[in-house]
Amino acid sequence: MAHRIEVALKDSVRDARGERIKREIEHFLRLPVERVRTIDVYTVDAALSEMELEKAASEPYCDPVIQTYGIDHPQAADFDFLVEVGFRPGVTDNVGRTAREAIEYITGRPFRAGEGVYTSVQYLISGRLAVADVERIATDLLCNTLIQRYQVVDSATFAVQGGMPVYVPKVEVGTQHAAAVREIDLNVSDEELVRISRDGVLALSLEEMRIIRDHYRDPQVQEERRKMELGAKPTDVELECLAQTWSEHCKHKIFAGTVHYEDEQGNKQEIRSLFKSFIQRTTSDVREKLGANDFCLSVFKDNAGVIRFNDTHSLVFKVETHNSPSALDPYGGALTGIVGVNRDPFGTGKGASLIFNTDVFCFADPFYAKPLPSRLLHPRRIFEGVVEGVEHGGNKSGIPTVNGSLVFDERFAGKPLVFCGTAGIMPAEINGEPSFEKSISPGDLIVMTGGRIGKDGIHGATFSSEELSESSPVSAVQIGDPITQKRMFDFLIRARDKGLYRFITDNGAGGLSSSIGEMSGECGGCRMDISKAPLKYPGLNPWEILISEAQERMSLAVPPERIDEFMAMARRFGVEATVLGEFTDSGYFHILFGDRTVAYLPVAFMHEGLPPMQLPAKWEPPRHEEPHVVVTENLTADLISLLSSLNICSKESVVRRYDHEVQGGSVVKPFTGVADDGPSDAAVVRPILDSFEGVVVAHGICPRYSDIDTYHMTANAIDEGLRNYVAVGGSLDLVAGLDNFCWCDPVLSEKTPDGPYKMAQLVRANQALYDVCLAYNLPLISGKDSMKNDFYDGGTKISIPPTILFSVIGKIEDARKAVTMDVKRPGDIVYLLGKTGDELGGSEYFALKGAIGNKVPVVDTTKAYKRYQAYHLAVTQGLVASCHDLSDGGLAVAAAESAFAGGFGFGLDLSRVLWKGNESDRNDVTLLFSESASRHLVTVHPEKRDEFEAVMSGNCFASIGVVTEEPDLAITGLNGSTVVKADLAELKEAWQKTLREL
Amino acid sequence: MVQKTRAIVITGNGTNCEREAAHACRLGGFDETVIAHISDLLAGDIRLDDFHFLNLTGGFLDGDDLGSAKAQANRFKYARVDELAEHLFDQLLRFINDGKPILGVCNGFQLMVKMGLLPAFDGNYFRQEATLTFNDCGRFQDRWVYLKNNPASPSIFTGGIEKGIYLPIRHGEGKFVAASTEALERIERDNLAVLKYSDPAFRTPTMEFPLNPNGSVNAIAGICDETGRLMGLMPHPEAFVHRVNHPRWTRENLPEEGDGLILFKNAAEYVKKHL
Repeated sequence: MAHRIEVALKDSVRDARGERIKREIEHFLRLPVERVRTIDVYTVDAALSEMELEKAASEPYCDPVIQTYGIDHPQAADFDFLVEVGFRPGVTDNVGRTAREAIEYITGRPFRAGEGVYTSVQYLISGRLAVADVERIATDLLCNTLIQRYQVVDSATFAVQGGMPVYVPKVEVGTQHAAAVREIDLNVSDEELVRISRDGVLALSLEEMRIIRDHYRDPQVQEERRKMELGAKPTDVELECLAQTWSEHCKHKIFAGTVHYEDEQGNKQEIRSLFKSFIQRTTSDVREKLGANDFCLSVFKDNAGVIRFNDTHSLVFKVETHNSPSALDPYGGALTGIVGVNRDPFGTGKGASLIFNTDVFCFADPFYAKPLPSRLLHPRRIFEGVVEGVEHGGNKSGIPTVNGSLVFDERFAGKPLVFCGTAGIMPAEINGEPSFEKSISPGDLIVMTGGRIGKDGIHGATFSSEELSESSPVSAVQIGDPITQKRMFDFLIRARDKGLYRFITDNGAGGLSSSIGEMSGECGGCRMDISKAPLKYPGLNPWEILISEAQERMSLAVPPERIDEFMAMARRFGVEATVLGEFTDSGYFHILFGDRTVAYLPVAFMHEGLPPMQLPAKWEPPRHEEPHVVVTENLTADLISLLSSLNICSKESVVRRYDHEVQGGSVVKPFTGVADDGPSDAAVVRPILDSFEGVVVAHGICPRYSDIDTYHMTANAIDEGLRNYVAVGGSLDLVAGLDNFCWCDPVLSEKTPDGPYKMAQLVRANQALYDVCLAYNLPLISGKDSMKNDFYDGGTKISIPPTILFSVIGKIEDARKAVTMDVKRPGDIVYLLGKTGDELGGSEYFALKGAIGNKVPVVDTTKAYKRYQAYHLAVTQGLVASCHDLSDGGLAVAAAESAFAGGFGFGLDLSRVLWKGNESDRNDVTLLFSESASRHLVTVHPEKRDEFEAVMSGNCFASIGVVTEEPDLAITGLNGSTVVKADLAELKEAWQKTLREL
Repeated sequence: MVQKTRAIVITGNGTNCEREAAHACRLGGFDETVIAHISDLLAGDIRLDDFHFLNLTGGFLDGDDLGSAKAQANRFKYARVDELAEHLFDQLLRFINDGKPILGVCNGFQLMVKMGLLPAFDGNYFRQEATLTFNDCGRFQDRWVYLKNNPASPSIFTGGIEKGIYLPIRHGEGKFVAASTEALERIERDNLAVLKYSDPAFRTPTMEFPLNPNGSVNAIAGICDETGRLMGLMPHPEAFVHRVNHPRWTRENLPEEGDGLILFKNAAEYVKKHL
């Protein structure tokens, strides 16, 4: 019988978790509560002696200094209402897993099948509340009903029933149905084909369903199937497998499709695959330009891109998105996002050690106060959940989170964007072979390591290939387990160095169907028995085993002669590893369940059977009302408003929750300056502790410009990424880019009548990607697209603004030369590098005034690149005291940030700022707030002035003022009068207050 | 005197700071430093007896799922070593009785306190007298703190620190709490509170956030046992061994060597002199 062990804090001990919940109830739900206390509950469903149970409760579960415990004896007292929240059956319960292991150490015997420990939390709420209020607290704050269950009782009921009843959230399988495999008849009407796809969450179009149907009609195919004792109809295993393999998420059909593009002048162009025509071409053309200096090692073909770091080491980098799961369960979605992207560099080449994470989140206003469609969570809740999920995923994995952003736009209420990046490092050679290469030989064994398979994460790949709706499947949601993954990584790195496997890749979207499917493409086939796969609980059907996206799993090819050593080491490290079959060169993806063939798909059909989509695209530049710029005498108030705006304000309350220093290599941290609170432009880390070679990482993102033109949105994002990178001292000789496209559905359909416009936006973004990256010698080494970022419930449609996150990774030869953004000392000369123009379109300043405008910043790559090179020379010669990039909010915001970070003032003169364009457009507002690209605000010690100016000569730059002892920002306008005058403390307070309490 | 000074850093199950801890040991002067996975210890392939300095370093052992380091404390107590007829616990006790130093950092400090290795009044190891619990601010925090040194403490790690040191903390459960008023008084009386969160001039211990980032009672950041050979602290000395680790290295004139290195140097010196 199951027992409840309840662990409560002693009355004298402060309950920080309860206090936080109380604050959130008051803040979000505006309900008056006097007190919230919490109790941890372990429901132990295992055959244990009384003494063993007592030991578990009193030793690992309870901290005697601050806690008390009771076994089958309620601890709750003095409350009005009690809410108990636990997981639903089958949901990953990390604490429950650790609690079980703790008992196993005590008893010295493993749990039997079906035994387990399940955790839940009791919230004891005191206050004058109605039952309905408490229900609201439960559903709107404490419990995500997709993955959790809750019970509410009042104190009287609690007393009558003598506590909470024991409940064991075990997955109950009604009948042990022996691995049912269905056949699906596709010889049906078109309507029926569509229904089969829709009802099964297959996300296959009618055309794709027809292609599958026709494949099965082929007599030769039928002949081969008969040999395997399969009928002419596809099995559910096969159909599900094809749906995963052909999903937008896995196959990138839009980027592979044929686009019929028409520009604003009516010029028509057929583009066969945006990916090949722009992204791949960018990299191959840049590599050709670089010639002997090419540093790319492995691009696009593996889980992450690989570049050279130095003679002995290579760098690996990947950025992923996890938008759809984060919309449904922000905590679990974001946690799986970060631990999921960790597996990409880890599963690249022969495997890399992970050196840092990056994260960029796009949310709607957390203070959003209007009604939302019922399925959407409040942006604040998404904010909280995502931030905490990434915190747990990154911190617990021991990977520093060094760089990131928070971007706000109301349209991200439809779907939040959660970008998670991870970089790794690996020896250039492992056991005498290049580390970025791997291979599979027929006869190699298929091995899966790490977590077990459950129903969690089924249809993740296909559901994220559709818009979010009322009927989005709950099974797609899951919770990551960083510790199980960490254990696996500890083991696999050692196995890598011993040469115990030949090939490694991760299990992400599509699960085994994708990982083994792709690996089969490497060597020409496989034969895999999925009845051997370890399950979390019995009762899964073969198709579920094949496509489950249960987390923390890697797939490997292990040569038969190394398998014994591999398995022995896995046991020792406490990591589950299972041989599922072998790789072949049969040409077939051959899946068995025991002796029975359940899928028999030609590898060629899986990977090449899909003809390109045909996509119309028509570009019609939007025209927005051109706001009239009002130049007033005092612009200080505008600056203060901008500093407090969501996109500009300090994100320190979030960033401090991320460990950005673990591994010991941190050089430029997220915050810098005299009080450690100025926002750094980029991060510098030393991955090899006895060397001063540094890795520099930065990013650019500016979705607002998409409202005008995605070409310039993209160009500015790339430029912003590179100029941030350059600002801290990143070298232009070894720097690469990663593109993450997050789009709203651009495929013309009934639901998306404006598809051709959105598709044209995508084409233009790709054009800019090619043009700018080529000019900047930035090879693209990896990337990802997420193309269905819409919410649609039949009535309301919310589409995100097309967004590109452009991440930049490269090297600084000597990290001791790195430059930070805080001004260093009074008397230093202030330079503005680059020209400013009338480019307020899409700016934060216009957004503040409720406008968009049309004059989006235009990147002049030729001038910028030359200037970046000169600036880098100045950095390597030690001539730069501080440097800050100009982006959101323009010169005024950059100057304020640099000044208050350094604790010294600025005296600046706008008449000395270099101007481009019509003289008639030149005014104080534009000079202060225009977001013209490629600019840096630099300070230089007076004794370095001549040298600095000599190095920069031939470039656009101007001295615009001086660093002052007085702690204020004083800016003189064109007519000689002061246009901005503010105390640094006031500016800093404006910048810090907005998100401080979050 | 030992021929070759050997330090060990235990990793596995969520320890994260093993590389920088090993790096700090090497810089501190140990002739050899080994990063040992706990499975190497449990298999009997690596034995604590062959080392002179034990590092229990930072991380999230078992995800801190039962409270920080609780599951590892349980593992240390109950896990058997494969080939040897003993528990890991027995090796650890032998290590202490041999007079060898142990440094616990962050998660390692939590582990030592929860196993009872600190403060271990009257040499009573394995009796818990204190704990580390959730920060008063309710959040994980990564920020740098000023640590006032107690020159009267018996710690063998802190000799030579003038007033104090500056180090980062990175934890969600760092609030030091003693089991009783008597225990707290004894910690103070015996000068076992080695380092306290303080003002930037290292003048007075402080309860003020963020200088005291977690609300630790008496601003206690690190303690040692009566022998001074066992010490634990929440801040990370291995995270500040070179000036570029410092958050303001681009604006302050700093010595090459970071503040945290002295703990590892002292450990190496101690081993050379006493073992």
